[in-house]
Amino acid sequence: MVTLKSLPEEELFLAGSTACHGCPSSLALRIAFKALGSNVLLIVVASCTSVLQGSYPFSAINVPLLNMAFATGGASASGAVAGYKALKKRGEIEEEPTVLVWAGDGGTYDIGIQSLSGAAERETNFIYFCYNNEMYSNTGTQRSGATPLGAWTTTTPAGKPQHRKDIAQIMIAHGIPYVATVSLAYPLDFFQKMQKAKSIVGTKYIELLAPCPPGWKFPSSKTIEVSRLAVQSGMWLLYEHENGETRFTAATKKIIEGKVRKRPVKEYLDMQGRFKPVLEKPEGKEAEELLERKVTESIKRLKGWVPEYI
Amino acid sequence: MADDIESIEYVTSLSRPAKGCAGNTGEWRVFKPVKDDSKCNNCLICWIYCPEACISKEGINIDYQYCKGCGMCAEECPTKAIEMIKEDKF
Ligand SMILES: Cc1ncc(C[n+]2csc(CCOP(=O)(O)OP(=O)(O)O)c2C)c(N)n1
Ligand code: SF4
Ligand code: SF4
Ligand SMILES: [Mg+2]
Repeated sequence: MVTLKSLPEEELFLAGSTACHGCPSSLALRIAFKALGSNVLLIVVASCTSVLQGSYPFSAINVPLLNMAFATGGASASGAVAGYKALKKRGEIEEEPTVLVWAGDGGTYDIGIQSLSGAAERETNFIYFCYNNEMYSNTGTQRSGATPLGAWTTTTPAGKPQHRKDIAQIMIAHGIPYVATVSLAYPLDFFQKMQKAKSIVGTKYIELLAPCPPGWKFPSSKTIEVSRLAVQSGMWLLYEHENGETRFTAATKKIIEGKVRKRPVKEYLDMQGRFKPVLEKPEGKEAEELLERKVTESIKRLKGWVPEYI
Repeated sequence: MADDIESIEYVTSLSRPAKGCAGNTGEWRVFKPVKDDSKCNNCLICWIYCPEACISKEGINIDYQYCKGCGMCAEECPTKAIEMIKEDKF
């Protein structure tokens, strides 16, 4: 059984980075490295993680790292995987490293989707990790295709009128061998999904909901609590998809099985300043109800993939 | 100037891994997490949640050279063993 005690002590994300207080991406990297070990090539596409890894000539990342252009996550991984394959064939390396792409939601949902889709279709053997902070945080919090309905960003000052798309479902539709969602509030679930992704050959897509304190406007001490409430309210559903079947995990599983009551979306919204502009308006109630309906719809859609619940 | 440039064997854009790549980030702190050993039960929750890898797994010691004072450890500690105390000097 995986317990906190059994997790590796070694830190491959080094203290004293350039990350903001309470940054979800730095914490996610720490946990991901614990699961994957040090034989990893990390590919970071333009995002906050390009910045929080530290400033030249030093780096907080203690594995080989390539900083690549915004749109190129899937393509960069394809090149790296092919390169390692050639090196192995020539006998220059013994074991091919795990190729791990680390991209934001902008780099995944928006500009990076074609490159990711191509890599998945080519059955490239890598892990694509999207840390979804639901906005373009690095350039000053603009809206993305992952921003939920009602959320303030600098380009949606009155709250975003559209809801986010569901890219994990798009990745499931690619027929890749492993798709999973993770949360920082459930670190053991996260750790195990990363380990599983490492053990599977082919394209693996993992997505983290990454509450961003300055962007979402909550205190830096609350990153975990916001992550937890996202899951408990159904705004972020934890599951893994393998061999054509979806399995709910952690708190989401308990909610779906009726063992734990789902908390109202309103509680999650109230924790964050980014929903204040919309909630203060008369339409606020409507936005809240619409989000509640979106949660029900997402669960319904996912259940379609869960044989035992049909 | 030309002499200087010629004396450089090669220029690289490679960064080397090091702790404190942003300097002593402990200086960013406004509140300092202080642990009360009598309340700590070694559950490792603060260890796993520190985004800056500033808490040791062995002994739950906080590295104040780099701890940014985000408060996540104190917020999540189930026994309330960590208190955030205002730094008196900036
Ligand atoms: C082609 C291109 N367009 C724009 C940019 C500027 N840019 C750098 S990071 C970024 C936003 C990244 O957002 P996201 O992928 O969500 O990551 P986050 O910053 O939120 O971590 C943008 C627009 C760029 N680097 N390249
Ligand atoms: S979370 Fe609290 S009780 Fe658990 S190890 Fe840390 S200080 Fe000790
Ligand atoms: S205050 Fe933040 S940076 Fe400092 S030890 Fe606690 S979790 Fe780590
Ligand atoms: Mg983002």
